[in-house]
Amino acid sequence: MQYSKKEYLDYLNQKSPNSTIVKDMICAFLVGGIICVIGQAFYDLYNKAFGIDEETARTAVSVTMVFLGAFLTGINVYGKIAKYAGAGTLVPITGFANAIVSPAMEFKKEGLVLGLAAKMFVIAGPVLVYGITASAFVGVIYYIIGLMGGSI
Amino acid sequence: MNNKLGKQTVKINDVGIISSAAIVGEKEGEGPLADSFDIVLPDNEWNEKTWEKTESKMQREAVKLSLTKIGLTTEDVDRIFSGDLLNQCIGAAFGLRDLDIPYYGIYGACSTMVEGISLAAQIIDGGFADIAAAVTSSHFCTAERQYRNPLEYGGQRTPSAQWTVTGAGSAILKKGEGDVKVTHITAGKIVDMGVKDANNMGGAMAPAAYSTLKVHFKELNISPSEYDLIVTGDLGKIGAEVLVELLQKDGIDISSNYKDCGCMIYNIEEQDVHAGASGCGCIGSVLCGHLLPLMKKKEIKSLLAVGTGALLSPTSTLQGETVPTIAHAVSLKTRE
Amino acid sequence: MTYLNAFWVGGLICVAAQILIDKTKLTPGRILVAFVVIGVILGGLGIYDKLVEFAGAGATVPIVGFGNVLAKGAIKAVGEKGLLGALLGGAQAAAGGISASIVFGFLIALIFNPKSK
Repeated sequence: MQYSKKEYLDYLNQKSPNSTIVKDMICAFLVGGIICVIGQAFYDLYNKAFGIDEETARTAVSVTMVFLGAFLTGINVYGKIAKYAGAGTLVPITGFANAIVSPAMEFKKEGLVLGLAAKMFVIAGPVLVYGITASAFVGVIYYIIGLMGGSI
Repeated sequence: MNNKLGKQTVKINDVGIISSAAIVGEKEGEGPLADSFDIVLPDNEWNEKTWEKTESKMQREAVKLSLTKIGLTTEDVDRIFSGDLLNQCIGAAFGLRDLDIPYYGIYGACSTMVEGISLAAQIIDGGFADIAAAVTSSHFCTAERQYRNPLEYGGQRTPSAQWTVTGAGSAILKKGEGDVKVTHITAGKIVDMGVKDANNMGGAMAPAAYSTLKVHFKELNISPSEYDLIVTGDLGKIGAEVLVELLQKDGIDISSNYKDCGCMIYNIEEQDVHAGASGCGCIGSVLCGHLLPLMKKKEIKSLLAVGTGALLSPTSTLQGETVPTIAHAVSLKTRE
Repeated sequence: MTYLNAFWVGGLICVAAQILIDKTKLTPGRILVAFVVIGVILGGLGIYDKLVEFAGAGATVPIVGFGNVLAKGAIKAVGEKGLLGALLGGAQAAAGGISASIVFGFLIALIFNPKSK
């Protein structure tokens, strides 16, 4: 072979097509934006029409969006949108639901306990691990600041 | 009798492929080679409860079909070599467990078909068996859940990703018979050029194909024009291009009689398979369903089939390892 | 106006992730982890709520907003219950989303099956 490993990797990189980044960005922007608008519509429905307080309404929106993401995954639609939308369907909380439902469905064949339930968090689990751990750190930092008489 | 022509290449004296059969899935049945395959599945379940069971059934039925075509039964087969992509090769073991044929499980990732034919031909030529079978399979759904993501997960495939073929191929080899003779075999070495991207298999495997092809031409002292057709399976669009360029740099020109099975089985653009096809079942079904029958009809008289495999696992990828790859070659000629 | 802001802010957060997917070797899983941690940090600093005021669901629906909820919950609980609140608050505040994911995830997975492509 005429190439060293490094030269080969450079050569291969240059041979491999790039992702169609502009198109990807536009799709992600549009779909991500629309999902957020749907979330806003639910918020207004809960907060303004039903008169639910702000914080509870936000939680209700999360729950609604999670349901939609899960349901669209169940009827084999979410993945099809995601193929075009990329991060537009990954980043909203509907994507979190997709990451939970898709392995649960996939591994149901290995049983309801060790398949469906055990595999539920193989993809989304890290988000909870790092999110909750980070929030605990934030809490501890605030506690220390409070002890030192600092104001928050 | 010394059949060793070089460190990697051996001569096979009198072994032929007497029958072959290929079974493919729905998507492959919509591709350009649809008419070549013996069975196109109505759906990717084929009345089985799990996709692993479907894949096993495809192997089993491919073997049975290749035997019934020439009026043989499993009783007549002395050895069977088989493997697939699944952990512990369950596609092969579970598929063939009821066939009652002495079984050797092999693993060469997508090179398994050619590895199996290589071993079957050598064991027959050595006088250790009269009839042997080489079988392999892959299934899009079983491969996705093992190597990548759940089917309904919303991920995007990169442009260099290849689509795992749902397909199985079976070839039956026999001493002294068959329209297609196995003439030479070049065994590949494991090659690792440091590619880490598990979504660029073709690029990772091209150096292995390059290495085996170069040794094959050198140890036999022939040029690529010796063959009507040279096929690799399956480098895909990127890998195939890289292979041609790598050989060209050494003054070896295969551009006029070279194809890649990964670029043959689908309409790459229309069927949205990015860089092409992959999986044991790709060269398995293209060789057993398309190329061998063409050789039987003498439309191709000499063929060099190069099976290429990426010997990685999900574990090695997660641990940040590079991708070791392999390529085995068998030289096939129609009997005069 | 909130709808327009929700659209472009939410869209832009997704675009940021798309650039990371296309231009770096980061896997989607790692990007999500990074985004949620960024949300926790911005929430901890009290910055993210300003974006929520401006963009509404454009800031709360992306996973970054989930991080913000976690951080705010932890801070609030520390104020009310002391150090133990650091462990209670985050999960408590996000309980709706997490439980919904588990319950709906379970039920949907029970009913539906993945389809071959």
